Formats: sequence, structure tokens, C-alpha cells
Amino acid sequence: MAQSLFNIIVFPGFLFLCLAGVCAEYFDRIFHARMQNRKGPPWFQPVADFIKLSAKEDIIPEEADSFMFRAMPVVAVAATVTSFLYIPLWGSQALFSFEGDVIVVLYLLTIPTMTFFLAGWYSTSLYASVGAVRTITQLFAYEVPLFMAVLAPALLADSWSLSGIAAYYRAHPLYWVFNLPGLAVSLVILLGKLEKVPFDIPEAETEIVGGVFTEYAGRYLAFFRMTIDIEMVVASSLVAAVFLPFGLGFGSVVGFILYLLKVTAVIAAICLLRTIFARLRIDQMVDFCWKYIAPAALLQLLVNIVLKGVLSQ
Amino acid sequence: MSRVTIPLGPQHPALKEPANFSITVAGEKILSTSSRLGYNHRGMEKACEERTYIQDMYLLERICGICSHSHSTAFVQTVEEIAGLDVPRRALYIRTLIGELERIHSHLLWLGVAGHEIGFDTLLMYSWRDREVVMDLLALLCGNRVNYGINTIGGVRRDITAEQIAGALRDMDILEERTRYYIDIATSEPSFIARLAGVGYISREDAVRLQAVGPTGRGSNVAIDIRATDPYAAYGEVDFKVITDSHCDVYGRAVVRLLELMESYRIVRQVLKEMPDGPVTVKAPRKIPAGEAVSRVEAPRGEDVHYVKGNGSDKPERVRVRASTMANIQAVNKMMENNNLADVPIIIAAIDPCFSCTDRCVRVIGGKREDLGWRDLRRHGISWYRKHWGIDFGELNRKLHSLRGER
Repeated sequence: MAQSLFNIIVFPGFLFLCLAGVCAEYFDRIFHARMQNRKGPPWFQPVADFIKLSAKEDIIPEEADSFMFRAMPVVAVAATVTSFLYIPLWGSQALFSFEGDVIVVLYLLTIPTMTFFLAGWYSTSLYASVGAVRTITQLFAYEVPLFMAVLAPALLADSWSLSGIAAYYRAHPLYWVFNLPGLAVSLVILLGKLEKVPFDIPEAETEIVGGVFTEYAGRYLAFFRMTIDIEMVVASSLVAAVFLPFGLGFGSVVGFILYLLKVTAVIAAICLLRTIFARLRIDQMVDFCWKYIAPAALLQLLVNIVLKGVLSQ
Repeated sequence: MSRVTIPLGPQHPALKEPANFSITVAGEKILSTSSRLGYNHRGMEKACEERTYIQDMYLLERICGICSHSHSTAFVQTVEEIAGLDVPRRALYIRTLIGELERIHSHLLWLGVAGHEIGFDTLLMYSWRDREVVMDLLALLCGNRVNYGINTIGGVRRDITAEQIAGALRDMDILEERTRYYIDIATSEPSFIARLAGVGYISREDAVRLQAVGPTGRGSNVAIDIRATDPYAAYGEVDFKVITDSHCDVYGRAVVRLLELMESYRIVRQVLKEMPDGPVTVKAPRKIPAGEAVSRVEAPRGEDVHYVKGNGSDKPERVRVRASTMANIQAVNKMMENNNLADVPIIIAAIDPCFSCTDRCVRVIGGKREDLGWRDLRRHGISWYRKHWGIDFGELNRKLHSLRGER
């Protein structure tokens, strides 16, 4: 019981994720800045932002649904943190696992996006409503390819649990190479999930001010931003666990360092993509996802189905 | 789908200055738009009538932070025409030089702003970094980064030295290399093209009808460039092309601006190499004779027109400015037809708007000249509300008084 509480609250649960989220945000920002020929923020900037926002007045619009407005940030953080418990970080065993937890993790990672939608919708401001509609439109475009891309390695491993997938690729060291198209697909989709350029359409600053977060201020906004940071770590960990399952058998110290390197590499890839593109329009984004990303994910699925037949002979 | 009217401005991240655009959308599609200006009126034309010509020159230079040299050039040209001054050739060359450097910094600034409006912040950071080269050069030549203060009635205030010419030529090489890189980006980067191509379409006929000027017009194949069609300063003596593009959309306007940068480097090089010797100014009289003149200057944003009427004293009788945004703003509502909400910021940005240049106070009441004091304004307000809303302030006042009396 004490062990479980420690796991959930301290490591690798909430507190660890907060720290990792702050580090991830800092890394993302400084890497982005250096690529843009800027100096970038000092190391404590994400923490300073969080403290500053938390100290500000909480303003809830009169027209907004007060309960939903306040509940959404908490739900978003809770869902993201929960999903982390099922992802194997180093070694092949996650903290908790059961057959089918890959679906649960994907489902839990959809919840933050849903809360963004609800937060925008219940803010009732024009910009927030437009942002909310855009969030949900975007979700429909990338969610299906994401499921297909993540389930393809599971299909090959013949296990619908993330720990099972990790164990399979540990037993067959080089098989993860087959999943590289899926890795590319999921990297692109992470940009949409984390609402970063070119898919930051729901919060496009120059178009709809702050999108779904227009009406948010103070603590609630700080929590939403924390959610996005944590989601960045969790989603990168998921990608690392599913698509980069190598070097899992070297003990916990080497494993942990390798895990950090993998997550850093994923975040760096996302950061690079967000540096070199302009923001797409929502119709272009939906077209792009269904024309290129969904077929690529289908191809990955097809490849793995054929491979499964070939390899089992 | 239900219709929503989304206000863009007066305070909005996409706008650098206050203006209001009401955009009625169904989903993401724009149904109709209307624009409203007037948040920035500063009464400069009127203020000019209270000041001497020399003071006006400094005041008018501050109409705009970007095309300040164009405004002061247009003004001194009108005054010189009224006074019949023969400006030395060297002064004209220096004016041309500063005018082109101003165009370079303005176009590089626009490229960055356009990048920001479509979420391409990397382009913003890069182009504004390179813009520093020309800003430093302007500071070197004029002592200022923004309002150069180089023009004076009858010439220019500062001469330029041989070392400055050598430094400027070096900077042109750096800028030309960087601009080639941006042209390469603009013609090959898929997400950049996807956001600009086909957006904000305005046909050549509409551009002429709505009097689009400068790069906005030239992006729709209207080959009007005051530097070539009505040469002023030293533009008649240098060789350059008028850049036009037949895309007629935001992409066309971007291409026009980028290619104009290359022409500007050519002009600057020619001006620096062929700079004639001689004085840089002639003495101008303090009192300018009665008369009127109009002068046109190709500002970075388009044609800038100044009209000055002198009455023989040291103060002008009337000054009238038509900045380029005033001409271009009419075309914006047309450009927004059949576009998406997401395209609005870049369509507005593509005319390179400068709302504080544009805002004017126009009053047409009865057609005859009358002054509206504070008291008249109050009376006008009371009668307006009575007429339009049926609100009788006198009645309300009486009620209020009686209520107070009862208490």
C-alpha cells in the first residue's frame, strides 16, 4: 500500500512527472530558441512561469460554466499522470500492466484533448469556442492513424499490453526496425496531440488569440500548461516504449539513462519539426492526416500482419 | 451551420496597431467582413498648420515608424517645388540611398511579420536578425535606426564618406546572400506555400478598381511603381526593373517583395558607385511663397502622396497626406471573400498595413465649415440620442431630480 502510494505520488508518478515535464519544457524551449538563432530562456524559466501563473488572480467568466471551467485542468492532469503508470520506462515491466493496457493508455491520452475541447466550449467565449471546435476536428483527423500506428507493433508482438510488447522486443532485439514507419507517423501525430506548430491550429495565437485557453488565467492556466508538459513526457515515453524498445536488459541505471536519451531524442525530433514548418490551416491539416498519415499507418499495419505470418513459420 | 461574427481587433495578437475587422463566419468559412479604422487618429495634418515648415518636416517624419523617410521626402519635395529650389544632385542621390535602405528594412520586417502570422516563427527570427544589418547601416549613415532625420528643405543634412560607402557595399553583399536564401525558402518550403498560395485573391481589374498600390497592386500584376512611372530624387538615373507577379494572391505579394529586395540592392550599389560630388544642400528661405504642390513617393508599402499649400508665411496653409495603407485598405474586404478564418491575419498583413498612417478625421455636416466645440458636441449628442433611440435626457433628468426630492 505504502509502496503503491509512493509510486503514484512520488516516483514514477506525479512529482517525478512534474519535474520531467518542467525539464522537457525547458529543453524544448531552449532547443527551439537555439535553432531560431535566439538565446532562449534561463533554466528556471518553466518553474518561474508556473509560480507566476499560480500567483495570479483566477478569473472565471460570468458566462462560463464555473464547475466545468475549474474541473477540466484537474481532470487533464489526472488522466495524463494515470496513463504513465502503464508505460514501461526501462526494463520491460511497467508499474502496473494487464492485457489490453495499450488501449487504456491511448484512451487516457485522448482525455486531455477532450478536456481542452470542453474547457473551450464551457468558456463560451467566441475565440475559445472556435478553438474548441478546431481541437475536436483535429482529434478526429489524427486519432485513428495514431491507434493504427501504435497497435501495429502490438500486433507483431501478439500482446495488447505495453509490458508484453516490451518483453517481445527484448526477446527479439532487432525487430523494432520494422516499426520505423509507425515511429514517423506517431512523431507527426504527437505534434497534433501536443498542439505544436504546424498543428497548433486550436490555439493559433495570431488567428484566435489563445484558442481554447483564451479565458483561462492564473492557477487553472498553469495546470493546463503543466498538463501539456506532462503529456509531452508521457507521449514521448509511449513512443519510446513502443517504437524504440532496445537496450532493455542492462539493469536499471543504464536503462534509466537510455530511457532519458530516448525521450530526449523524441522531444528533439518534435522540436525540430515545429521549428521548420509554418502552421497549417485546419482543412489542410485534416487533408494531410487522411491523405498521407492514415495510409502510412495502414501500411505499417499491413507490413506487420505480413511479417507476423512470415516470422511465425 | 450557424453564423458567428468574430471581432478581430482593436486589440488582437495579429494586429500590430489597433483596427477592427468584424468577420462573419460559418464554421471556418468567411461569409462577410467589414473593417473599421479610426483608433489612432493623431490630428497631424491640423498640427502641421500650427508649425513652421521645418518643424512640420520632423512631425511628418513621425507619421510612420517604417516609411518615415518616404513621408519626409514627399513633404520636402512639395515644399521645394513651391519654393522653386534646385536641390543638388548629391543630395538627391543620398535621398535615394536612404529610401532604398528603408525599403530593404521594411520588406525584411514584412517577411518576418508574415512568417509570424502563419505560425512560422523561425522565419521571423531569421529575417529580423538579418534586418539588423541594414538597421545598423542606417544608424551608421544617419545616426538613427528609425526616424532618420536626413532630409531637410533644399537637400540633406548629412554627407556620406568614402568609408561609409565601402561599408554599405559590404553590407549589400551580406544582405543579397541572405535574401537569396529567403527566395529559396519562399519558392520551395511546402507549408509556407500552402499557407500563402491562393489566399486573398484579388484580380488585376479589382486591384485597379480598388486602387491597390505598391506591392499589393504589383502582386496582382498592376505595373505601377512611382519610382519608374514618375521618377523623383535620383530614380530617373538608375537602372532597375519594376517587379510584378501574376499570382494575384498573398504569395504573389510575398514574391514581389522578395524580388524587390534584390532590385533595391542593385539600386543601392548603383547609387553608391555613381554618387556625384558637390554640396548636399542649398539654402532654403524661411518663408515659403504662396502656392501649392503635390508630390508622390514610392514608400515601401506603396504610393505615398503629399499635398502642401503655402500662403507666403513660414507656416503651411494646408497639408494633406495620403499614405499607402489608405489606398490598400479598400481592397482588404474584397481579398477576404471566400477565404478561411485562419487566413484573415495573413491577408491583412499582406498589404503591410500601417493604420496610424491612415486614420483621418472627416466631418461632413451640412457641407459648410463649422467648428464643433465641447458644448455643441454635447448638444449634438443629446439630440442624436433623442432622434435615434427616443431617449430624452431632459425627461430622465427631471425623473432623477424628483426621485432625489422624494428621498
